[in-house]
Amino acid sequence: MNARILAVLAALPVLLPAVLPAQSPGQGASVQTPFRPPVGFEQEPVPPPIPADVTDDRRVARNYPEQPPVIPHNIRDYQLTLNNNQCLTCHSRQYTAGSQAPMISITHYVDRDGQTLGGVTPRRYFCLQCHVPQTVAQPPIRNDFRDVDSLISRPSDGGDRR
Amino acid sequence: MRLPGFLLRPWRIIATPARTLSLGFLTLGGFAAGVFFWGGFNTALEATNREAFCISCHEMNDNVYQELKQTIHFTNRSGVRATCPDCHVPHAWTDKIARKMQASKEVWGHLFGTIDTPDKFAAMRRELAEHEWARLKANNSLECRNCHSAESMDITRQGARAADIHQRFLFTGERTCIDCHKGIAHRLPDMQGVPPGWTVSEQK
Repeated sequence: MNARILAVLAALPVLLPAVLPAQSPGQGASVQTPFRPPVGFEQEPVPPPIPADVTDDRRVARNYPEQPPVIPHNIRDYQLTLNNNQCLTCHSRQYTAGSQAPMISITHYVDRDGQTLGGVTPRRYFCLQCHVPQTVAQPPIRNDFRDVDSLISRPSDGGDRR
Repeated sequence: MRLPGFLLRPWRIIATPARTLSLGFLTLGGFAAGVFFWGGFNTALEATNREAFCISCHEMNDNVYQELKQTIHFTNRSGVRATCPDCHVPHAWTDKIARKMQASKEVWGHLFGTIDTPDKFAAMRRELAEHEWARLKANNSLECRNCHSAESMDITRQGARAADIHQRFLFTGERTCIDCHKGIAHRLPDMQGVPPGWTVSEQK
């Protein structure tokens, strides 16, 4: 009697995985998510290659007026630390003559109390919180954002919103 | 002036002409000993010129070497690596000896723990960085130019900004590499009051 129970217990780890998938037929082990192709947990998908940076130095139009402009150049190894802000060595007011870079906007000199300071305000110090470089990666989800100009210039529907 | 007694005997031995050794032996033997000792000296010198020697002190290993490992001079697409002596020791022999003599102060610093904690290192960082900036400024960025030369630089393969800046400042000899490229292999110190290299002169 004891030997029979032991034998069943010993076989359990082998049998269980074979039984479990059979309980949910048709579902499979793949994860359904829009962010990744259907992949079983036991499979090891090959990641896509890292997309190249956009470094063509061409300014990109903003999609809406308040959008932080994106960075059209390489920023590898630019140090943005407590000690040094590499971005400001070109983009701050006093260096734009030598660098011919666009100056950071006046809003970056205004502190949270509305006082305009002589230099960049601490809350705007870490440029990469808002301004980011771009890559040539294709977004996995289609974006149908339209800017305000294309919205107000579309043909009128005459008030008929049905 | 008379030499003290214990020096007199060795001095007499050195000053007395050889009586039993032939001139040929002395000449050739001196030559062979010269090769041996000179080779030994240079081998020992080169042994101190390796990355492994530099980072055998924890000051170098824990601070500056860890920073170097994150930069493009350590890993890059073509697999070429600049190690510590490539940038910090001149390659020409005379300059190398001069630099090595200067570096004996670093032994002092190691023995007396000048920068043996991260806090001490951070406090001295600006001063140490300024030494290196001054050295590279004085020798026209010699160590950079051991690998990077303006002649072999193809600015059509550079970004528009880089090409423009190099034409305006590097090719005219108005500035040198270190003026703009500070902190390319290490974290920068507090840069308060250090103008960027492309500052136009009338603004200074």
